[in-house]
Amino acid sequence: MMPEVRWRRLPLNANYAVAHAVKDSDVDVVAAYPITPQTTVVEKISEFIANGELDAEMIHVESEHSALSACVGASAAGARVFTATAAQGLELMHEILHIASGLRLPIVMTIATRALSAPISIWCDYSDVMNARDASWVTMFVSSAQEAYDSVIQAFKIAEHPDVLLPVMVAYDGFIMSHTYEPVLVAEDPAPIREFIPKRRDRIVLDPEKPVTMGPIAMPEWYYEIKYQQVEAMKNAYRVVKETIDEFAKRFGRRYPVVETYRLEDAEIGILTYGAIYGTLREAIDIMRSKGMKVGAIKLRLWRPFPYEEVLQAIKHLKLLIVADRAISYGARIAGPVALEIMSLLLYESERPEVMSVVIGIGQRTVTEEDFEQIAKLGAKWLEEKRIPRETIYWGVRGVTYA
Amino acid sequence: MPERYYKSLRDLPKEEYLASGHRLCAGCAAGTIIRHLLKVAGPNTIVVTATGCLEVATTPYPLTAWRVPWIHVAFENAASVASGVEAAIKALQRKGLIDPSKRINIIAIGGDGGTYDIGFQALSGMLERGHKVMYLLYDNEAYMNTGIQRSGGTPQFAWTTTTPAGRVWKGKHQPKKPISDIVAAHRIPYVATANPAYVLDMVNKFRRALEVEGPSFVHVIQPCPTGWRFDPSKSIEIAKLATETGMWINWELDHGEFRVTVPVPKRKHVKHYIRAQGRFRHLTDEDIEKIQEYINKEVERINKLVGKEVIGPLAE
Ligand SMILES: Cc1ncc(C[n+]2csc(CCOP(=O)(O)OP(=O)(O)O)c2C)c(N)n1
Ligand code: SF4
Ligand SMILES: [Mg+2]
Repeated sequence: MMPEVRWRRLPLNANYAVAHAVKDSDVDVVAAYPITPQTTVVEKISEFIANGELDAEMIHVESEHSALSACVGASAAGARVFTATAAQGLELMHEILHIASGLRLPIVMTIATRALSAPISIWCDYSDVMNARDASWVTMFVSSAQEAYDSVIQAFKIAEHPDVLLPVMVAYDGFIMSHTYEPVLVAEDPAPIREFIPKRRDRIVLDPEKPVTMGPIAMPEWYYEIKYQQVEAMKNAYRVVKETIDEFAKRFGRRYPVVETYRLEDAEIGILTYGAIYGTLREAIDIMRSKGMKVGAIKLRLWRPFPYEEVLQAIKHLKLLIVADRAISYGARIAGPVALEIMSLLLYESERPEVMSVVIGIGQRTVTEEDFEQIAKLGAKWLEEKRIPRETIYWGVRGVTYA
Repeated sequence: MPERYYKSLRDLPKEEYLASGHRLCAGCAAGTIIRHLLKVAGPNTIVVTATGCLEVATTPYPLTAWRVPWIHVAFENAASVASGVEAAIKALQRKGLIDPSKRINIIAIGGDGGTYDIGFQALSGMLERGHKVMYLLYDNEAYMNTGIQRSGGTPQFAWTTTTPAGRVWKGKHQPKKPISDIVAAHRIPYVATANPAYVLDMVNKFRRALEVEGPSFVHVIQPCPTGWRFDPSKSIEIAKLATETGMWINWELDHGEFRVTVPVPKRKHVKHYIRAQGRFRHLTDEDIEKIQEYINKEVERINKLVGKEVIGPLAE
């Protein structure tokens, strides 16, 4: 029998929850650069190190490009490393995102999601993290500060698993989560957390006792095989993420499935989203249900690898699936990244719901329960009239209306 | 006098940590420089190399010429990666996760492009933060790996593929950026310039750079037969001419103390260096005089710094 874990209930925003998770995970090296709305993650970790609560090296890098580069170096040398960023910082890292995964380094990074310049905006949407889609990072979207704390711990377990060895990104809404406080249970004593994610010494690192060459040049006769290993690692990650969720739930009592549903069993219309607005969506579902609408909600927690089995399982009985995305793939007919992903899944299904792609909350344009209700009503009407739009709906733009 | 760890080349270890069979061009002085660096550093070393000729030529997967742990990440970030390696070793040693008693050399290597230009910010950051990393700049004065394009380290009037000599242009317009002076302005413990034609001076500087506490920087001139356009058998001869003409002065700044480590009592005219290389072929005698004037001033500045005439007057 494992000893029972004692928790301390603290009022934390997601940024501070992440910092606590980093401390409790006994990270060895942190390299990060401040950017709103991520900054307080780095500030809090600095405090922990300054007070001796976390024994780690903090590298005060001169840019995000260097932040991730330093993480690559530190991880390659065998350390457990962490960084955090948002928007412009993530874009500046972009080149190194691909190298971190290509070198198979288990780096963990959190993103307090933020809209991309120009125009410059410090407010939330998911265009930053969506731009990193193809960088071969395991990517999770979380919806509460508690989930952020727990997910960072899980992220180390997933990243360092010998069948995975890929970096992991945990993203949550800038401001909406990074700056709002919730009660969060953090471990009274980090020991059980550290036992859950023991420091493994079984991967290849830069060690003078066993010299290796990392990051060589691969000619056309080898490059593809090396990249294919990443394809397989992602497939393994799909399994390992779920195993980790189970193990975490068993040990700590909190479970976050890769796809979560709410009042969906008998629903005809499902609305799928991710991040903090899943909370708003659930409220909206309750309101609509009270008015007799047969609606339910779906939350996507895992983005890469894409949990296609669970998504299909959740949506196959629906008449209409509305996918509410918070990023735009400019020039695409279906411009919501998750909507596009799901539509490609459904191509192989004979029984499939209609799909409606909606973009909402760009640059933190407010999304209320009312918005979801109106979107659902429009969807129901269009479904009835058999005219679900074949292209993305841009909800909430001044002067753009749909009927 | 500089620290004399090695009195003769026979004092250097016999072991080779850069294997033969790498793909550097015949006569490439980069091989000479790195081979000696690794002899000095020994096996307890981790090397980070920026993208460039050295990286590409030594690691064609699945082969490698490196007998010490080595990593390449990108073009502009060798200093940041090395910062991370150093921090990791520090943290892991402190936590007892790796042997705390072992002293591990951490070396970052960049070409002129990876140092003067695209990697400059990362380098400055690493120096300012004080990581105990030795940074080696091998300076072949252009982006050789991508086919001889101009860099901030290309000397004035040199032909490159992006500063061609034509009816209007005479090669590169601007003189070399004084990178080592800029590095020295970071007030790190040790900065030196070196030349593979003066091997003993070079290896002693490598040793010193690895020994000081905190960041160190060694800037080595690296003749490149392919880009500078000369016969591969002449690399060391050309390197020697660079110092004999005052085009390249070997100095060190050790904890604020400045010395010229290879005095040149009688200086040769720069034309001996210039005329030996195809990259300067388009220059007239008048153009070469302009280079001579520039070098005269530079020599004067150095002599003033030292307080005596360490680099002598023009003799031939
Ligand atoms: C971000 C980025 N930009 C451009 C390149 C292309 N590139 C690779 S090596 C190189 C030049 C390297 O020049 P230098 O640092 O002087 O090294 P050398 O090849 O001369 O040894 C360039 C431009 C790259 N790899 N990455
Ligand atoms: S091009 Fe020049 S620097 Fe590159 S390998 Fe050849 S000789 Fe060396
Ligand atoms: Mg070069």
